[in-house]
Amino acid sequence: MTANFRPTRRATLAGLSAIALGGRRSLAQTPAPKKGGTLTFIQNIEPQTLVALTTTATPVLTVSAKVTEGLLEYDYDIKPKPLLATEWSISPDGKTYTFKLRPNVKFHDGKPFTSADVAYSIQLLKTVHPRGRNTFANVTEVKTPDPLTAVIELSKPAPYLIKALTAAEAPMTPRHIYEGTDPVSNPNGNAPIGTGPYRFKEWVRGSHILYERNPDYWDPDLPRIDQMVMKALPDTGARSIAFENKSADIGYRTPVALSDLDRLKKLPYLVFETDGTSYSYNVSCLQFNLDSQYFKHLKVRQAVAHAIDRELLVKTVCYGYGTVCYSPIAPGLKEFNDPTPSPYPLDFKKAEQLLDEAGFPRGKDKVRFRVPLDYNPIGDESLRASEFLRASLRRIGIAVDVRSADSSAFVKRIYTDRAFDFTYNGHSNLFDPTVGVQRIYWSKNFKKGVPFSNGSHYENPKVDALLEGAAVENDPAKRKAMFVEFQKIVAQEIPDIPLFSPLFLTIKNKRVHDDSLTADGVEANMSRVWLDA
Amino acid sequence: MRMGRRVATTLRRTAIHAVPTVLGIIVLDFLLLRLMPGDAADVIASESGVATAESMAMLRQHFGLDQPLLTQLMNFLGHLAQFNLGFSPRYNMPVVDLILQRLPSTLLLMVTALALALIIGIAMGSVMAAWAGRWPDRILSIVVLLFYSMPGFWVGLMAIVLFSVKLGWLPSDGDMTIGADLGGWASISDRLQHLALPALALGSFFVAVYARLTRASMLEVQRQDFMRTAQAKGLHPLLIQLRHALRNALVPVTTVAGMHLGNLLGGAVVTETVFGWPGLGRLALEAVLARDFSTLLGVLLLSSLLVIVANLLIDLLHAWLDPRIEPA
Repeated sequence: MTANFRPTRRATLAGLSAIALGGRRSLAQTPAPKKGGTLTFIQNIEPQTLVALTTTATPVLTVSAKVTEGLLEYDYDIKPKPLLATEWSISPDGKTYTFKLRPNVKFHDGKPFTSADVAYSIQLLKTVHPRGRNTFANVTEVKTPDPLTAVIELSKPAPYLIKALTAAEAPMTPRHIYEGTDPVSNPNGNAPIGTGPYRFKEWVRGSHILYERNPDYWDPDLPRIDQMVMKALPDTGARSIAFENKSADIGYRTPVALSDLDRLKKLPYLVFETDGTSYSYNVSCLQFNLDSQYFKHLKVRQAVAHAIDRELLVKTVCYGYGTVCYSPIAPGLKEFNDPTPSPYPLDFKKAEQLLDEAGFPRGKDKVRFRVPLDYNPIGDESLRASEFLRASLRRIGIAVDVRSADSSAFVKRIYTDRAFDFTYNGHSNLFDPTVGVQRIYWSKNFKKGVPFSNGSHYENPKVDALLEGAAVENDPAKRKAMFVEFQKIVAQEIPDIPLFSPLFLTIKNKRVHDDSLTADGVEANMSRVWLDA
Repeated sequence: MRMGRRVATTLRRTAIHAVPTVLGIIVLDFLLLRLMPGDAADVIASESGVATAESMAMLRQHFGLDQPLLTQLMNFLGHLAQFNLGFSPRYNMPVVDLILQRLPSTLLLMVTALALALIIGIAMGSVMAAWAGRWPDRILSIVVLLFYSMPGFWVGLMAIVLFSVKLGWLPSDGDMTIGADLGGWASISDRLQHLALPALALGSFFVAVYARLTRASMLEVQRQDFMRTAQAKGLHPLLIQLRHALRNALVPVTTVAGMHLGNLLGGAVVTETVFGWPGLGRLALEAVLARDFSTLLGVLLLSSLLVIVANLLIDLLHAWLDPRIEPA
């Protein structure tokens, strides 16, 4: 029963019932939004700060935009729409971005929002934001010819920049609060002031964060709800129960155990949606350490690739909630993804043959070699996926010991100590491969001690040239061609084996409406969300 | 007069013991925590899924991790000497504020759970001892065995399924209804409703322990000479049981209960996680996972103090229950 699940099916059903209702069709499809009410939003971990300025941790991204807005928002296809900027233009050489700002926007403390805040925020992002350092690396200057115009000057084109301006990715922070302070410890992180639809009211650590309606919001019709409560429920079972007993209204990135979904889908008051997840696709992969005595051999890596049944993995490990993926660029990023299947299809015989050729014959107990597998514990499916991989590789004579660690120990082992052979890992593509994918394959980003850098220690001058070229290529067609060629090379050389792209569900009570209207869904400011009484 | 001297002696002894104990715990904890792989900057990077060499350096500097280990320890001890628990860089606030925000919730939960466990346990144990070998004893023994063998978090989950999901009587998470702005009686009743399930889950195991202990020590006491004397005096059986048997039987129960206060904080980690209870146990767990050592040391320091104070109280309670016991 997936009636609530696929948007297309849901739309069809809504359409059918509308036809049955005859003249009430338009009413059935777009009921008038109601005002008032409290929305309870749950997530797994409590954020450590409320502004996504010096961190991009998921729980922080969830809350940040409610108070601190960005210049733009994006439709599901990541096409920009106005938010704090009403108009924008990019010069033909791709080096000058001009933004016209929305007039009469005020911060919650009454101070006006102007181009000076934009200029200051972008400089701040460039120096302290984990991704901003790269995204805004080419920014030489932000000019402010008048209070409502900001002009970003670049040294080189940055074709991904126009997609990076959401509230959670590039928050526009108040200059008068941050100027001359340490941005990491600025108290604004604990009690934020912004231009957003919700005002920060209180944060009881370990319990909740409370936001209330901003009555002076720049759009007088918004927001519609009175209060938003953000709760962290660390226990997976507790989150399922919160949806079941209606104490939670909404949660995203599949906030419950995948094994609970079937049961929850039977509840008539819950809705499962995939809208608003296109800003950040993840790709889960089996990543090799190319310095490992086993996996430095291409034939061994090919053998491993031949032994993995991605369809079965998605069906069992992910309960079907994922898309099989052969490329480090997720299928969701249609603009860049190369859908060609892996050159190493499922073939156990071929795998055995390759391992024999590589010089790893079956020995005692029919084992060729024994190797530990470390997994990134951040995902619900990580351990199951690792066990699946262990079973798959056992068939071709590779004995795998699955090794567990918490996320800090995992990151240190892989990126600082480099004491691993291969790892079940995941990377976010984000909105553009230059931002999300380049870091994993670019040889200049092999940096010990930097998490989620080039962990395989992959080096290929051709790939470096393609990635560096695509980062500054203004012509979309040429840029796509570069990424496609890059994907062909890494598919051949497999420094890692992309497995699948997880499908993230937003679970909500059906009384919640208009929550995920943009590419980043509930991570956006949620100004239009409303509740049935 | 004797009692007063007794209190003074106990306090003095505790103070003499407490200082080196706490110092030892702190230094040991500090060094043990450093053995954990990864640091706070690694955690933030892994949560963010992205990092650059510069952002890692900035985080390490912010967390004070760029300094030598000994300097970090000396800094911490120096602050502690001024009764300052330091600053949590992760939460961006003083550790003492962080702990004080959570302490009332945890104390409420622990004290309620312990009180429930003691009251129910002692009552059940007394009934079992009074009817030893007969059917009330047998039935209660089975109940006690069930409580003893079921893990607290499972009792909690099942209680949630029954009372919160199926019946819809009690809430399943948090310690109060957020944003409801309740006042007076409504607010107290709201808090009690939130407290019921976690206190039950946390206390269930201890009910079993106290019931069995009470039963055993009461049966032990029944055979003592003074019980026969009391009977010979013609006292009412209920009075004999309560004033003579139970009072003497309480010494082992309170001793164990005192030790359990420390255990409860450990058990609270699980219960608080299952019930989303905003307490210290969860703070400690989150601090471990986040490698937020200043917060964790603060919590550990506080719990060692809590255990010391609990032992002190138990010592005094023993003095009242049985004046013959010398202070330890």
